[in-house]
Amino acid sequence: MTAVESPEKILFASTTQAFLEKETSLSHVRELHAADASFDPAWWRRAAELGWAGLLVPEELGGGSVSGNGVEDLAMVARLAGKTVAPGPLHPVSVVLAGLVDAHSSYAHAATISALVAGESIASWAVYEPGTQWAPLHPTVTATPTEDGYRIDGIKDRVEAGGESAVLLVVTRCDDAIRQFLVPTKTAGVKIERESSIDLVKRYARVHFDGVRVDESAAVGGADEAPALIDRQSQVAQVLQCAEVVGILDAVLDFTIQWAFDRHTFGRPLVSYQALKHRFADMKMWFEACRATTAKAVADVAARRPEADLSASIAKSYVGERATEILHGCVQMHGGIGVTWEHDLHLYLRRAALYRSLFGTPEEHNLRVFARLEGLTSAK
Amino acid sequence: MTDTKMTEVTESVEEFRARAKAWLAQNMPRIDPDNPPEVHRDEEASWQRARELQKRLHEGGFAGICFPREYGGLGLDVEYQKAFDAETLDYELPIILNVPCFTICCATILDMGSDAQKRRHISAALRGDEVLVQLLSEPSGGSDLAGVITRADQQGDRWMINGAKTWSTSAFAADYGLCLARTNWEVPKHEGLTMFLVPIKHPAITIRRIKQVNGSMEFCEEFFDNVDVGDDAVVGEVNNGWAVASRQMYHERRSIGNGSEFSSGLGSEGPQVAPIDYRRLAEKAGQAENERVREMAGRALVHRAVSEQLSDFVFRGVRDGTLPPAAGSIIRLFTADTHNLEINTAMAIAGTQTVVGQDDELLYLGVRFLARQSGSLGGGTTEMARNVIGERVLNFPREYAAGRGVPFNQVRRNSPR
Repeated sequence: MTAVESPEKILFASTTQAFLEKETSLSHVRELHAADASFDPAWWRRAAELGWAGLLVPEELGGGSVSGNGVEDLAMVARLAGKTVAPGPLHPVSVVLAGLVDAHSSYAHAATISALVAGESIASWAVYEPGTQWAPLHPTVTATPTEDGYRIDGIKDRVEAGGESAVLLVVTRCDDAIRQFLVPTKTAGVKIERESSIDLVKRYARVHFDGVRVDESAAVGGADEAPALIDRQSQVAQVLQCAEVVGILDAVLDFTIQWAFDRHTFGRPLVSYQALKHRFADMKMWFEACRATTAKAVADVAARRPEADLSASIAKSYVGERATEILHGCVQMHGGIGVTWEHDLHLYLRRAALYRSLFGTPEEHNLRVFARLEGLTSAK
Repeated sequence: MTDTKMTEVTESVEEFRARAKAWLAQNMPRIDPDNPPEVHRDEEASWQRARELQKRLHEGGFAGICFPREYGGLGLDVEYQKAFDAETLDYELPIILNVPCFTICCATILDMGSDAQKRRHISAALRGDEVLVQLLSEPSGGSDLAGVITRADQQGDRWMINGAKTWSTSAFAADYGLCLARTNWEVPKHEGLTMFLVPIKHPAITIRRIKQVNGSMEFCEEFFDNVDVGDDAVVGEVNNGWAVASRQMYHERRSIGNGSEFSSGLGSEGPQVAPIDYRRLAEKAGQAENERVREMAGRALVHRAVSEQLSDFVFRGVRDGTLPPAAGSIIRLFTADTHNLEINTAMAIAGTQTVVGQDDELLYLGVRFLARQSGSLGGGTTEMARNVIGERVLNFPREYAAGRGVPFNQVRRNSPR
């Protein structure tokens, strides 16, 4: 956040922060985990009432953002959520909405959009497929035209909140084109299996589509639109991850630095040792670099600049590479307590490790950045 | 006064950009930005050329965009400088004057100098008539700058300077140097220093060029043998030279990551310091289709991009007050780390041709590898940068120093070499 925010945005930020601090403390995250729960749907509806789910949605479709810059506002929510590794379907719902509102068919999906904005319904993007890495434009799940719609066959996995979602946005191959379809999870032929994740509360699912029939209106955008929509959805997913990780790093560095001031060894505080001061200096530098590259990516995605995909890849690579190193460094600063279940460090490290890999690992994004900057046609 | 200034700035950034673009096309030599002419900082001719180009900029009204009008500049905001810079890539500009002359020396004189010094030296530099450098480090010590033992003794209304300075960038081509000397030995080390503006061509100064591992001879060593200057040479106050030196270091940290508003022009100084072209390297090494190589190169490009983003971010943070001024050290450290990553990546991609062969471009990479640590030493070591980040950004306790609070003549030190 810069020094020149509008009063409305400052109010939105403080309301969001107060809500997160009150309702999604770290002990709450632990309680959810102990109860084998991901998030409370009633809590998500209250979060949606604060406007979280509508930030990417134009006012005429029931959304809106205080600053008029939905991507920036959403990134701010993600950053604040990172401070307590909050639960909830902010990412999957936002990514689906990013696609729906950009499609030329957006008004046809008004009911779905409205339910998502109100927090009454959950949606997620079914993009990954078993046995493959980040290749959103290379689906093997098929959509076959039928007389009144399409038949969808295949398997998706790593679908966030798949088991909690009422509807999935599914990336498919349809003849020679790539198409996305909105598929209600209650449709016959949809089978959802839970997958394990290293996060305490974020849940993922493997989804089987076995002769799933949807009608014509399930198509999101035309055949020519899908690649651009998928790009946009990817960018939103990636900058939200980066923003949340910046919030995580902010919180963890804060309490680790405080710990190093308070903790004494050999009669001196940890922060008096040059070897540790230098490690902290590196971590501070990497943190500021994570903030810088995330801010740039968020701004470029928000403004829909032509280089937004490049900026998102740069941020995703850098933040992915550095964030977990910073967090491991903070574990090291804590000593043995840092690797206990009791200490909160692992809650943060889990989320950062999860985001390091999903929607493109640093290594995958490095290939994209090379291809993009060296004028080559495709990364894969 | 503010009102006058406000009304004078009527030209928008975009109008300024358009005018700069047209002027550059009419007045400055065109270059191929992908293959800029090499500028050898260690050659006198490069500096003569830079002075001529600076003179043209000044005559065209585009010199010192962010320097105040009363000292020969334009008194405009950094956005105007950035707009100008964005238009300069296709043109030859006197970019070697940026560091240290404009971004460090003139910036410091602007902050700390007398009005007469500002009127004389800043405007002379903006006209291309004067080049200023720093005379700080000494052969007897590296990082402990405040421990300098070059002395200045008052004799009547003159100061006599004796001692030696080293690692002075481009001093052979300069007219004046900001020289830090000890004027009181009875007080702790920071309290007995004075900064002098010394004419480099003074007959009592002997200059020796230093040859580096990579063959460059841009740095110099200077010997002072009864160099006499007047009171008007004192920058700031007598015995308050540390404040001036600190300001220089502040400006130096900002300049290294291209974070200074006093830097003008974006061009490269030629292939020696041009960004590494990984695709070209990979092709030369027969590795263009190798995914491992492409990934490594991609990573280096990511870090290069983040380095630029970070410079911009920290610059804004310091300006807005969300980061302390010492955060400039973050840029300095990141730039050095990125430099090392890039050189290492280039070595790894190009393989044996950087150490044996007939391709001069690739062999030069090997030489850059040999001189790699220069980037972590010059302008204050990366260890000092980490100290600054730890102590002045994160507010950790300061390192123990034996000389703290002790009169300098009682502190153990290395003898002059």
